[in-house]
Amino acid sequence: MKRRVSAEVIINREIAPAIYDMWIQPVQKLPEINPGQFIGVFLKDKSLLLPRPLSICEVNADRTALRIVYRIAGAGTHEMSLRRPNDGLGYVTVLGPLGNGFPLEKGEGKRTLLIGGGIGIPPLLELAKRLKAEKQIVVGYQNCNTAGFLQRDLAQYGTVHVATEDGSVGTKGNVLDAVRQKRIEADLIYACGPMPMLRAVKAYAQEKGIPAYISLEERMACGVGACLGCVVKTNQVHHHTNVNNARICTDGPVFEADEVDI
Amino acid sequence: MNTQITIAGVTFKNPVMTASGTFGSGMEYAEFVDLNRLGAVVTKGVANVPWPGNPTPRVAEVYGGMLNAIGLQNPGIDVFLERDIPFLKQFDTKIIVNVCGRTVQDYVDVVERLGDEPAVAMLEINVSCPNVKEGAIAFGQNADALSGITREIKRHARQPVIMKLSPNVTDIAKMAKAAEEAGADALSLINTITGMKIDIHKRKFALANRTGGLSGPAIKPIAVRMVYQAARAVKIPIIGMGGIANGEDAVEFLLAGASAVSVGAMNFVDPCTTEVVLDGIEYYMRRHDVENISDLIGAVED
Ligand SMILES: Cc1cc2nc3c(=O)[nH]c(=O)nc-3n(C[C@H](O)[C@H](O)[C@H](O)COP(=O)(O)OP(=O)(O)OC[C@H]3O[C@@H](n4cnc5c(N)ncnc54)[C@H](O)[C@@H]3O)c2cc1C
Ligand SMILES: Cc1cc2nc3c(=O)[nH]c(=O)nc-3n(C[C@H](O)[C@H](O)[C@H](O)COP(=O)(O)O)c2cc1C
Ligand code: FES
Repeated sequence: MKRRVSAEVIINREIAPAIYDMWIQPVQKLPEINPGQFIGVFLKDKSLLLPRPLSICEVNADRTALRIVYRIAGAGTHEMSLRRPNDGLGYVTVLGPLGNGFPLEKGEGKRTLLIGGGIGIPPLLELAKRLKAEKQIVVGYQNCNTAGFLQRDLAQYGTVHVATEDGSVGTKGNVLDAVRQKRIEADLIYACGPMPMLRAVKAYAQEKGIPAYISLEERMACGVGACLGCVVKTNQVHHHTNVNNARICTDGPVFEADEVDI
Repeated sequence: MNTQITIAGVTFKNPVMTASGTFGSGMEYAEFVDLNRLGAVVTKGVANVPWPGNPTPRVAEVYGGMLNAIGLQNPGIDVFLERDIPFLKQFDTKIIVNVCGRTVQDYVDVVERLGDEPAVAMLEINVSCPNVKEGAIAFGQNADALSGITREIKRHARQPVIMKLSPNVTDIAKMAKAAEEAGADALSLINTITGMKIDIHKRKFALANRTGGLSGPAIKPIAVRMVYQAARAVKIPIIGMGGIANGEDAVEFLLAGASAVSVGAMNFVDPCTTEVVLDGIEYYMRRHDVENISDLIGAVED
């Protein structure tokens, strides 16, 4: 039986203002993980009952530890940021891996474009590491304060291009401005980031006639497909729900852009 | 130690059930919980046709629980019978199907279809969902309407009928009696309590539906009180629910007068909660030398 497991916090450090880099070591060896899958993190504060969905950023080679990179967005992520290795609070309870992840096989041997916006960048790291393909990686940040987190990690696995809204680093503008300015050509896109960015990625992929796999976000409760809280509208009747929507936590979080109505 | 209970002639190996809508069709939790250990799996509400449900956000966390406005999304009775029932039949647990509808005829259609399925042990009729505009809760908040729909369903049902009551009423005892007099075989309560959450920074409702149903530990004292009042008012058995997280919570409901208990929102907090509750009940029975679980039902004293 699968269950929640306790995981020791190995590293938890701020890598940009309010953005933390955490490595955790669950008590059991991790199962096979697909890039783009996420975990549910449970908190000690009993007023915060529901799991916090956070993308798996990276897994170590022997699958004993995993990395999450998170932004302090509220009480739960704030509590996480206070965890210190080797003290009484130096562990978290997690459930996972959850969700489907990015389809690696679709991009194999192709010219791929990986696009990440802000706190959507983390899952691209494990993807870039595992994907056997030509990789152009475009990451967008708000401004020079946050610019650069995970950039060097990603550069190990592909060519990284940066865009910032204020133009302080890289291309001034959004990720697609950078794609156009750098004249990046691709056969397939993988993307994760805020909804306006994903809409633009979908439109761009349609314009170019190439497939795009996008990772979506929605408020969740169970994280395992039971409560039907986290749905996205789909263009076709979905095989599981039998209506025009799909569960982001289990049927996603990654969808082919053409499948979903965003 | 005997944990068996009987409700309307149906025997359950123990009183631990799943609350409708929080356990999918059992499939979603089968990798976390040994379904064979559960007294019953109560499935998500099913209607005569597929329902798409409400816009998102559909869920929000609040102090001590959560709000939901799923809007009874379900795949419809056809897919349910083809896929979900065969899945559940593989397990040694009782199947209780929760039924929803907009009109009396909608409910009757589903109830008749389920009548041909012997694997379904009981029907639970949801007349108390606060998140759909027509039907549903309208039947659950008015004693005459509740009595009318109960009678009509009893006329068509082949399995025993559980009426699921809404806590959003002033007199739960009156509603319980109305259902009993109209022929209900059992009652379940409570469904969620209507609530609201506002994101003060964005000045927006947390849920697209504006209001949602509150569930989780925050509602437990209200649920225990209502189970107690309903149990005093009627002779038919009661399935109690509302914020149950462990064996002690479950025993509290049994003492208040429930014959069985359902675990709802706490499944989301720990997917193994149903087994934790069962283990906790057994521990309590050993510790207090309770031989038969039925000795606990309604055993609270002044
Ligand atoms: C599949 C998925 C992957 C994610 N990956 C990451 C990641 O790698 N790094 C990261 O920083 N953030 C990620 N997020 C967003 C992250 O889940 C939220 O920022 C976090 O839950 C906020 O919790 P909180 O207690 O700090 O905030 P609060 O606002 O206090 O949380 C209140 C409730 O709202 C939920 N919630 C709040 N914001 C979001 C949101 N944006 N999406 C979904 N639920 C939310 C919380 O889970 C909680 O139940 C991801 C979300 C999803 C759905
Ligand atoms: C996400 C969610 C979905 C629900 N869906 C249904 C449903 O389809 N039918 C129903 O009768 N009750 C439904 N309920 C109500 C529960 O079955 C239960 O009555 C209520 O949540 C109180 O129990 P709890 O506090 O343990 O969650 C739902 C509750 C939640 C949280
Ligand atoms: S969070 Fe419950 S179905 Fe996705």
